[in-house]
Amino acid sequence: MATIAAPSLASAEDAYAENSGIWSWITTTDHKRIGTLYLWTALFFFLVGGLEAVLIRTQLAKPNMGFVSAETYNQLFTMHGTTMVFLAIMPLSAAFFNYLIPLQIGARDVAFPRLNAFSYWVFLFGGIFITVPILFQVAPNGGWFGYAPLTTNQFSAGPNIDFWVLGLQILGISSLAAAFNFITTIINLRAPGMTLMRMPMFTWMSFVVQFLLVLAFPPITIALFFLLMDRFFGTTFYEIAAGADPLLWQHLFWVFGHPEVYILILPAFGLVSEVLPTFSKKPLFGYNVMVYSGIMIGTLGFGVWAHHMFAVGMGPVADSIFSMMTMLIAIPTGVKIFNWIATMWSGEIRFTVPMKFAIALIAMFTIGGISGVMHSSPPADLQQTDTYFIVAHFHYVLFGGSIMGIFAGIYHYYPKMTGRFLNESAGNWHFWLNFIGFNLTFFPMHFSGMLGMPRRIYTYDAGQGWDLFNMLSTVGTYILVVSTSIFVVNFLRSRTRGLKAGNDPWGAGTLEWSIPSPPPDYNFAQIPEVTSRYPLWDLKDPAKTAGIAHSHADSATITDAHAVPVHEETERHTAKSLGIPMPFPTSKPFFTALAMVSMFSGLLFRRSGHDSIALTVVVGGALLFVSGLYSWLTSPLE
Amino acid sequence: MSSHAAAAHGAHGAGHDDGHAHHHYTTTGLEHRKIAIWAFIGSECMLFASLISTYLIYKGRSIVGPFPHTEWVNEAGVVFKPILNIPVTSASTFVLLMSSLAMVLALQAVQLKDTPLPDGANWWTRAQRSSQGWLLMTALLGMTFLGFQAFEFASFVHEGLTIKTNLFGSTFYTLTGFHGAHVTAGVLWLFTLLFIDRKRGLGPKDELIVDIAALYWHFVDVVWIAIFTLVYLIQ
Repeated sequence: MATIAAPSLASAEDAYAENSGIWSWITTTDHKRIGTLYLWTALFFFLVGGLEAVLIRTQLAKPNMGFVSAETYNQLFTMHGTTMVFLAIMPLSAAFFNYLIPLQIGARDVAFPRLNAFSYWVFLFGGIFITVPILFQVAPNGGWFGYAPLTTNQFSAGPNIDFWVLGLQILGISSLAAAFNFITTIINLRAPGMTLMRMPMFTWMSFVVQFLLVLAFPPITIALFFLLMDRFFGTTFYEIAAGADPLLWQHLFWVFGHPEVYILILPAFGLVSEVLPTFSKKPLFGYNVMVYSGIMIGTLGFGVWAHHMFAVGMGPVADSIFSMMTMLIAIPTGVKIFNWIATMWSGEIRFTVPMKFAIALIAMFTIGGISGVMHSSPPADLQQTDTYFIVAHFHYVLFGGSIMGIFAGIYHYYPKMTGRFLNESAGNWHFWLNFIGFNLTFFPMHFSGMLGMPRRIYTYDAGQGWDLFNMLSTVGTYILVVSTSIFVVNFLRSRTRGLKAGNDPWGAGTLEWSIPSPPPDYNFAQIPEVTSRYPLWDLKDPAKTAGIAHSHADSATITDAHAVPVHEETERHTAKSLGIPMPFPTSKPFFTALAMVSMFSGLLFRRSGHDSIALTVVVGGALLFVSGLYSWLTSPLE
Repeated sequence: MSSHAAAAHGAHGAGHDDGHAHHHYTTTGLEHRKIAIWAFIGSECMLFASLISTYLIYKGRSIVGPFPHTEWVNEAGVVFKPILNIPVTSASTFVLLMSSLAMVLALQAVQLKDTPLPDGANWWTRAQRSSQGWLLMTALLGMTFLGFQAFEFASFVHEGLTIKTNLFGSTFYTLTGFHGAHVTAGVLWLFTLLFIDRKRGLGPKDELIVDIAALYWHFVDVVWIAIFTLVYLIQ
């Protein structure tokens, strides 16, 4: 989205507001600053979700504990899942999409800078909307999957689920808007010579993820809309007495929910695919196959949703098909594991903190992947479903995979984002305590699950063989508290006290390392023409890529009249002094997002019986939203 | 939209005074908005696919009437006729399809704005140049369709079918209502274009903003063809 009307002339001075103060953050359209906002916000929610996990594990430490009530426990596990999926891992990935994609493809910003700001503000307001109720004990309590009819008025009469339905609807809009933006950015803003098959692997995996977002979010939007209609307007979508199908929600939810798993993991796969070659001093092994396997994972991801539903009795045909599809998806995933190992093979490995996290991802994700293949078989799944075995499985995938990969990315890119390194020895403490705490928390869950301990119970009786495993899990969680605290202190302190990092502190090969750290607002003073997958290695260490097809410069001649050869930019200018037009700062996305979220929140008044207030807020919010949109679209971008 | 092309040479002033956006470097040569609208339409396909699937899954599962294609007698012996009025909706469908034709002509008129009329052009060739006329006609046809829908909803409610009555009511009103909301947004979009056209005149340089509106409008029409076939025609 950009201007509909002709841009009116604005004085050049207006274009470059000062880059400090809270107003500059509210009005920013710079992808790097928006990425930074995503990073801080998502890390905050990560801590909130972690705190919820600590309360859960404290309650489960011993049999028959009374630390929290059953109702509070329901709210805690619901919000732990919802927070980690929608408010921590997804936006942490979005932080990297924002920060890295333009830098990796040689662009000065995303395709729609203001839409990008809008996505962030919608995410922030949606996150607040769905999180705050827990402070008042009215948080969502129907699980992160919110199965209807359990979540209809009949079984969940309070406002708890209202917050969840409306909150997820809001967060979905943020994700969709961002996905349209990044698809356009990756297709249309690549530097000359940056062909699709020369794109860095992080950008490739992000590209796949954007398509998953675009195609997977609509089904849950509709499922949530039905639930919203049922809850607020008395429709019968999930009303069994009216003839509704109790599996409708499950199908619509998992058509979204399974691709969502790949939305959570593929960005982490992309990040470690940047880290491993850098610290092995070798190009990524099997680049093409890594691309194809990413696309395969994304495509097959839409054909496996019903493996979440083997226990509902879909019949042998459906079970067989979904079982087979699920086993198939292990192939492209396995290919990635082997390619990462082959990337390290005979490389000059440097065991830095990001490298350790990346290797941890390979090992831990493999464990989670193998337990996943176990329950792709319906007879095995019937034993394992709804037990702690499943909890162990998906935490090995999402914590052992996504979170390890995101930490690898944070340690790797912190110097690029801040110009300083994270402290290495604190990083090592963080890594090892994290690794030990993670395994101590989740490995015993395989056993408690196999011994029959169900998920989502707030307490249990002694003498069922679960006591030791639960105590181990709780001890592991407290080790994770220590390791995460070390990380938080390191993250905050290193901003001012970390060792200074130059353009390319790790000796990496892709474009983002050719510019200063942190990058100036315009990113690239001169747009480079890319001739290989690791242009910086061609420039600085040609031996590294010599003889490897596509990794070494294919040709030295520059073909694009507007571009210059890949080079290191060491001087720091301003966009103004270089005459580079930059998007104006604007508060319009902020207020448009605020209006949209108010519109949704108006429905809450209907729950309390104030229909006229509800109508006023919804209609008022809608009018403000539309006028905000008009004002935004008719003002010039730059 | 950042400008690679301009700044690659490191010297580019504020060259925006020509009144419309200057050329930006893009990898494909296409404008960003053209790519984004296709991504958006892809997403919308999944949205309507979910709605239509739900309608089809719930077809014939309503416990009480009124029903779409069959008669229903309630406990008190009151007879409810089949509720869907296919002749009326065929007319509204025709209106919506004609609006797509008008949209095509509106885009053509904008593209041809700067091309001089040939000597001795007949009335049709002249009419083809009226972007305002075709935009207005598209919007009016869209509004006529919405009028039909309002009439349809009102008469169904009068006949005893509300959104709460049964599964048919819930799925029917939600699906067609979602579509109607899309048409409404499209009409608003068309009037916005019409306003811009009247204010400063749309010409070939504005092709993109009319083109993306047209893509959206045609998409909404195509969805209606699917809905009309699956909901109304197939019994």
